[in-house]
Amino acid sequence: MDFLNAIVLLLNYLFVPALSYGSQLALGAIFVSLIYGILRFAYFTAGDLMSFGTMFTILFTWYFQSLGINLGILPTALLAIPFGIIITILYVLIKDKLVFSYYRTQKSPPVTLAMVSIGTMFVTQAIVRIVIGPFDRRFFDGEKFILKANEFKEMTGLNEGLTIKSTQVITLFITIIVVSILFWFLNKTKTGKSMRAYSDNEDLALLSGIDPKKVVMITWLIAAILATIGGALYGLDKSFKPFTYFNNMLPIFAAAIVGGIGNPFGAFLGGYVIAFSEILLTYAYKKFFVYLLPESLEPDGLLQLLSTDYKFAVSFSILVIVLLFRPSGIFKGKVL
Amino acid sequence: MRKNLDIISAYSIMLGLIILVGFLQSWSMALSILCLCLISAVMTMGANIQWGYAGLINFGIMGYTALGGLAAVLVSVPPVREAWQVGGFNIILCAFLIAFMVFSIRFIMKKYNQSKKRSYGIASIIIVGLILLRLISAPAIESIESVSPATTGFLGGMGLPILFSWIAGAFFAGALAYIIGKIALGLRADYLAIATLLISEIVISVIKHEDWLARGVKNVIGLKRPVPYEVDLQSKEWFINLVEKFNQSALNLISNTLERQEVVKQLVIESSTVFVKLCFAGLFTVVVIILLIITQKALYSPWGRMMRAIRDNEEAANAMGKNVVKQHLLIFVLGSAIVGIAGAMMVTYDGLFTPGSYRPMRYTFLIWVMVIVGGSGNNFGAILGGFAVWFLWVEAAPIALFLVNFFTSGLEETNAFRVHLVNSIPYFRFLMMGTGLLLIMRYRPKGILPEKIKHI
Repeated sequence: MDFLNAIVLLLNYLFVPALSYGSQLALGAIFVSLIYGILRFAYFTAGDLMSFGTMFTILFTWYFQSLGINLGILPTALLAIPFGIIITILYVLIKDKLVFSYYRTQKSPPVTLAMVSIGTMFVTQAIVRIVIGPFDRRFFDGEKFILKANEFKEMTGLNEGLTIKSTQVITLFITIIVVSILFWFLNKTKTGKSMRAYSDNEDLALLSGIDPKKVVMITWLIAAILATIGGALYGLDKSFKPFTYFNNMLPIFAAAIVGGIGNPFGAFLGGYVIAFSEILLTYAYKKFFVYLLPESLEPDGLLQLLSTDYKFAVSFSILVIVLLFRPSGIFKGKVL
Repeated sequence: MRKNLDIISAYSIMLGLIILVGFLQSWSMALSILCLCLISAVMTMGANIQWGYAGLINFGIMGYTALGGLAAVLVSVPPVREAWQVGGFNIILCAFLIAFMVFSIRFIMKKYNQSKKRSYGIASIIIVGLILLRLISAPAIESIESVSPATTGFLGGMGLPILFSWIAGAFFAGALAYIIGKIALGLRADYLAIATLLISEIVISVIKHEDWLARGVKNVIGLKRPVPYEVDLQSKEWFINLVEKFNQSALNLISNTLERQEVVKQLVIESSTVFVKLCFAGLFTVVVIILLIITQKALYSPWGRMMRAIRDNEEAANAMGKNVVKQHLLIFVLGSAIVGIAGAMMVTYDGLFTPGSYRPMRYTFLIWVMVIVGGSGNNFGAILGGFAVWFLWVEAAPIALFLVNFFTSGLEETNAFRVHLVNSIPYFRFLMMGTGLLLIMRYRPKGILPEKIKHI
């Protein structure tokens, strides 16, 4: 019984939160990785693009709520996400036309493009803050919990409760769908294959008649879709605050690099590596061992490897270690 | 003269703008803009050495700035004797332990060839060392932090004049840069950018959460100043006389003695803040000029030519027998050290150390905007960038307010859209920075004052 309690404890505080946080990071990391693979620069606007998409999702959610439209037990935001995606797509395409396309035709070095993306980061951040303000916003509605701690305790008769928030399940569900469609697209369709070819060897791809404009456009489309979905899911699960989204850029980059930048599947797994290591290393294991060990061996301290203050530092240290020993990332494999 | 016309005109416009602020808003405001412009100029010089001379991207500016600030605290705050008594021994023991770990690992690395055994050995040294560190430091940290936590709760510093911290800050930042450079300089440009950005975040989180070091997010306030305090000035005879002398003509118009005294008092209070800021501005100008002379000399020396050669063609420079790795490390350390000076200067100017205020937007990306806008590779350009961008950053709000009022003048005062825009005025500065950066990168990619290379 104690053993089961210990397992449920870990599930509740470690596994479920890490899984949903990891999915949110993974969605971001995939598009950063795609942009790095195809457009060949570090896209510093990543976090702010997510907040841009989320902002429009929130605005549409409010609009639908004012019209009285809702999805019952599901959050209204799910209905608003497609509209948010459309606006984000328009935004990235305009941005590409006005800003990035010039540097592509000039064949500028990646560093210049990264600097330019810092410029767009400032602009995007300004737009988000001017339109919706810098404050914390919650836009979740519908049924909050799928499984409450008390219900679980009654069901199983264990001491430890297991809470599953509906946002966590929605996050996981949508991530699986989106990611499987994406990998199907990249691996099976002709356009996807041409994207991979372009990423592998640009000159060769151009010689074989692949239209670079189309490839670039589809990359931005995917980026906008993933950014909006990832951002909206993060906002539903926690809350929406532009500054947090900007900060999320850092673990997203860490995930993309750890997974081997330019390799979307690696980035997908990298998201989970980052999320799990952040939570595993900062969790206080005292209660876990109290269940497992006999009373005489009970630990005194919290048994916490690192204080939770260092949550971000953990993911960055992993990144540094990976960069040192395997600069091409953990999941090297083929590029894209 | 003709050759430097663009530099002279750009700088006179900049100074003119600051003086204009003095007339339109207040002299105190103009001088504080000037002070921060000078600090920003030091930062951009540091970043410019790395980026402009050597082509290294360093997105860790925030980390070095914070370390410079930390130096200001550790140098100027008087030591907390009680805290040293309860925990000092263990902390020193920890320092020795870390040094021992580093040296033993280096010894193993040198002595044995790469093998599985060696890796395991190193890993076990690190793990055992970390456990020992934790065991030794945990009780010490707890007891240090419990020494009157409301006011101290940390080890304190050395109690020296704060000006020394400008040098100490350079050493701190340089030491960190040495470690980071050893780790990360082999990476490609954009990887280096991301790695340094993330490492600077680690530095900030350590400073934020290690309370025994510098009180963490509880902040250190009331740092000693290298210049007089306003309150002291206001009671000094010579200062009051000076103020009276300056405002002679205005004071002569007032015949009533009581009224005159009242006016003098007001003037003394106002001019004391101006005087203090003038002192700061003078100190900062000295630093900027010294650094400018050194960097200019370096740029046109054989060493500067070598750096440009490395930047423009690494392989060719390598083939000519230049040690690229060593030079990269050197310039990375030098540039970061300059940023560290700026960090210490900033904390000296503010008189307080707030680790929570170090954010990448303000301390990394904004500095990069300054370097790019000003002109990378040109020291005058970098300084101008620091001035222009900081000026815009501060004055963005009034400008945005004016523009919003101008464009919405057709709408009513209470119009929801107008009120919303007026409320979000602080965020227009991001928009201005972003569009400014994008425009400069597009139409003048070498910056306002581009790099000039003298060909002999």
